[in-house]
Amino acid sequence: MSLRKFISNKTIAALAVILTAFASTSAFAQAAGAAAETVAKPVDMGPVYKTVIFYTMAFLLLCLFIAIIGKALKVYELTREAQDKPKGINWNAVNGTLFALFLIVGLYGVYWEYTVHGNMILPEAASEHGKKIDQMFNITLIITTIVFVATHIILFAFAYFYKNTGKRKAYYYPHNNALERIWTIVPALVLTVLVLMGFLTWRSIFYKIEDPNNKPISIEITSSQFSWAIRYPGADGIVGVKNYKLINGVNQLGIDFKDKNTLDDQTADEMVIPVNKPVRLILTSKDVLHSFYMPHFRIQLNTVPGMTSYFEFTPTITTEEMKAKTNDPKFAYLFLCAKICGEGHYKMQKEVRVVSQAEYEAWVKKQGTYLTDDLRKEFGLPVTAAPAPAAAKPADSVAKDTSAVKTNQLALKK
Amino acid sequence: MSTISLHDTHNHDSHDDHGHHKETFLTKYVFSQDHKMIAKQFLITGIIMAVIAMGLSILFRLQLAWPDTNFPILETFLGTWAEGGRIKPDFYLALVTIHGTIMVFFVLTAGLSGTFSNLLIPLQIGARDMASPFLNMLSYWFFFGACVVMMSSFFIQTGPASAGWTVYPPLSALPTAIKGSALGMTLWLISMIMFVASSLMGGINYVSTVLNMRTKGMDLWKMPLTIWAFFLTAILGILSFPVLVAGVVLLIFDRSFGTSFYLSDIVMGTQVLPNEGGSPILWQHLFWFLGHPEVYIVIMPALGISSEVISVNSRKPIFGYHAMIYSLIGITVLSFIVWGHHMFVTGMNPLLGGVFMITTLIIAVPSAVKTFNYLATLWRGNIKFTPAMLFAIGLVSFFISGGLTGIFLGNASLDINLHDTYFVVAHFHLVMGSAAIFGMLAGVYHWYPKMFGRMMSSKLGYLHFWLTFISAYLVFFPLHFLGLDGVPRRYYAFTEFEFMQKWLTVNVFVTWAAIIGALAQVAFLWNFFYNIFRGKKAPQNPWESNTLEWTTPVEHLHGNWPGEIPTVYRWPYDYSKPGSEADFIPQTVPFSQTMSSNMPHDFEGNTESERIQREWEAKNVPSPEKLD
Repeated sequence: MSLRKFISNKTIAALAVILTAFASTSAFAQAAGAAAETVAKPVDMGPVYKTVIFYTMAFLLLCLFIAIIGKALKVYELTREAQDKPKGINWNAVNGTLFALFLIVGLYGVYWEYTVHGNMILPEAASEHGKKIDQMFNITLIITTIVFVATHIILFAFAYFYKNTGKRKAYYYPHNNALERIWTIVPALVLTVLVLMGFLTWRSIFYKIEDPNNKPISIEITSSQFSWAIRYPGADGIVGVKNYKLINGVNQLGIDFKDKNTLDDQTADEMVIPVNKPVRLILTSKDVLHSFYMPHFRIQLNTVPGMTSYFEFTPTITTEEMKAKTNDPKFAYLFLCAKICGEGHYKMQKEVRVVSQAEYEAWVKKQGTYLTDDLRKEFGLPVTAAPAPAAAKPADSVAKDTSAVKTNQLALKK
Repeated sequence: MSTISLHDTHNHDSHDDHGHHKETFLTKYVFSQDHKMIAKQFLITGIIMAVIAMGLSILFRLQLAWPDTNFPILETFLGTWAEGGRIKPDFYLALVTIHGTIMVFFVLTAGLSGTFSNLLIPLQIGARDMASPFLNMLSYWFFFGACVVMMSSFFIQTGPASAGWTVYPPLSALPTAIKGSALGMTLWLISMIMFVASSLMGGINYVSTVLNMRTKGMDLWKMPLTIWAFFLTAILGILSFPVLVAGVVLLIFDRSFGTSFYLSDIVMGTQVLPNEGGSPILWQHLFWFLGHPEVYIVIMPALGISSEVISVNSRKPIFGYHAMIYSLIGITVLSFIVWGHHMFVTGMNPLLGGVFMITTLIIAVPSAVKTFNYLATLWRGNIKFTPAMLFAIGLVSFFISGGLTGIFLGNASLDINLHDTYFVVAHFHLVMGSAAIFGMLAGVYHWYPKMFGRMMSSKLGYLHFWLTFISAYLVFFPLHFLGLDGVPRRYYAFTEFEFMQKWLTVNVFVTWAAIIGALAQVAFLWNFFYNIFRGKKAPQNPWESNTLEWTTPVEHLHGNWPGEIPTVYRWPYDYSKPGSEADFIPQTVPFSQTMSSNMPHDFEGNTESERIQREWEAKNVPSPEKLD
């Protein structure tokens, strides 16, 4: 009886070998055919195809290897059975031990991750509210890590210690109201503490009382596929009105220059902000959703077409100080897009520099205004004798975009 | 007993004698109205979709790991989408979008609920079939249609939808914003409507079957936890999926008929769009009103399955049966009022952020209760590591790991910096992706003998489990740290940013782990499909389980039980009951046959039964096991 089984096993094993050989040769053939097709192309793809074949072969070999081991195990177990000996391999013990092993290696892995990858994460928060967020984060991290480690030790230790040995009966223990009450109430209490702290932090971030002696600098950010535009308020400290219907090749943001507050609005290539001075971000979007994300300052808010949102924060660490702290001479703050917005999503970024008040004032003076001579003409404002090179650049974009301007006017008529 | 038992109403004794409707191949395997066959159809379709979605994930993992390497083989298969052997940015986004959509909806909703609700509801409550078998068949075919329509978008020139699986407008509404928002998005929306129709038909069927067709004695508090989970999942689906349809219809209007539900103040390049007055945020409210219950639609069946599997294989009653049910109910109710935690940073009123934070963190309590109950079930058990049990334990591990990171994300203040980063990716892939998949695999390994009448190889199962379990952790654990470093998700390459360079090596590691995890599934696929035909014949009750499905014959028959449907006398978790010879007492065994193991609370205050029990005990005096 067992012999017959053995033979059939052997035949199956032989079949498996033949099948694998056939599959791999046909894979060879296919790959060769594919290679032949591509010969016509100038690119030499030979070595790469070789690697594909290599990996396929390696995998098939591995499958064959596993199949052979499987068959060997089966034969071993069958012979044990035939000799009336206890079953060959105690898989229960194997799996229980593997769980114990997984626990030990896993705990070390977690420790390694926390210490190695944990050191590669963002440096300390560079803003006032960011410090509170970091504090909140650390408390949550400590609590969850304790729970994570404890529950996993319990889970895998139980798996190891209470594996079936055939000698024991399980302990009939359908419920225990006291225990259940404890593990309902304790998590509830811990979570209440976390909720309260989170709630207070959240309120302190979004409900700010303005200090009349320390008014924030308003900076407007406009997102579009796939770039950011920054607008500084100019001397009056007010970012002027804009209207999306005015957008055209020259007036990229659709600034309404009939509003006097817009006349001194300044453009900027990077965001430069003075340290320890509140900044109020005005976030808008021109086309689709984007997300204004400034990770070092713990700031993120979506930019939504048709809706303006605001985020106020106070930077506390200058770029130079951060370079020293992170020991990285190339360190730079930045903001980027965190909401899927199209194929250039992965490229949207701008540099941020946090500088001293004096440096900021010197920098901001050098920034040009949005209002150009072309725009003055468009809005019927008196044209000043502006320097020639400044006007030259936007001029070609006007020519390009005349058709766009027309559609704009159509839209305006509506 | 207040149970409504419909089983007497149709005269089943004549049911199989007749051998009436002669089954053809078409009625048996294709347009089948038998719940067991429909379950298998759902399962196999789900597995195929899972393999496709996993393949897509490997493609984009290749791009992330080696952004500067050419893989000419990709061009062979993908043509212009991978010109020169490199995946293009817009196709990369299509890959992540379709991967997410397939996994969430087609695999973990239809593949999981569709398979196990269909298979187990009638079998575990003792019914001949679903309440409306025809609706059930339609449910599958709508699902199949949805899969076909979704996959067809790979064969059009502009490619599949690529605005992320949440398809936020305006990106998804404007074909000029991204290529995938042309015909691909239309197909996505059509597919989704078909899918929702399918899942509503399924859900209504599940609810009505559970409520009306339980066998004699099967009151609600004697139902296995699987049934409770499927029942509550179906209710969740029925209440939330229609909201998605509403959202989808409005999006179709915006895309095709020029309305402005989601669009306002948009300028594409320099072209001013005429839409005014809409709000993209509205879509997010509608989407997440489904979207959040959806993650519980995904995880609750998995939790139900693992409750059953853990109890059976620990040879112990599930700890806190009532607490398990109440926490499921708690999750069901709360899951409707937490959707805003996906929108903390959309710019919605910060007051709402505070409210949603509170509700979100409350939902962690029932989840914690469930976890601790699983642990208590394992305590002093007599654990048999069947592959199903391994996967159930894996589920508990993932549920803990992923659930804990949810406490970070549910906290609005922390979400500011974690939103839309890899931390989120790691979180939901553990708690909803891996945990739910493990629940599903546990279910497949456990009920395979019931579905196909044959056994799977347990050794291949062990191999499959260990490779998958380890590689899932290797893939998703490091991703948390990318998120903590502020790396946003859905980035085509990390090459444009200085600070992301240091994660490139981690990406290579993660991709290799993902490839190993994917190859490990070959062990499962072989095990699954080979044993359908060549597997060892299954015994009637291979796991020595108490539930009703194991009282049916191994060979399937239409109507499930020959003769009368068995009556149920007890709850499904009498494992290792003291005083009983065997370590399990099926639900169909009356208390009168187990006098030595009956306990006072078994009789639920029925004084007559208690008196009989006392008399019996008086006669058979020394009964040391009566301690409790």
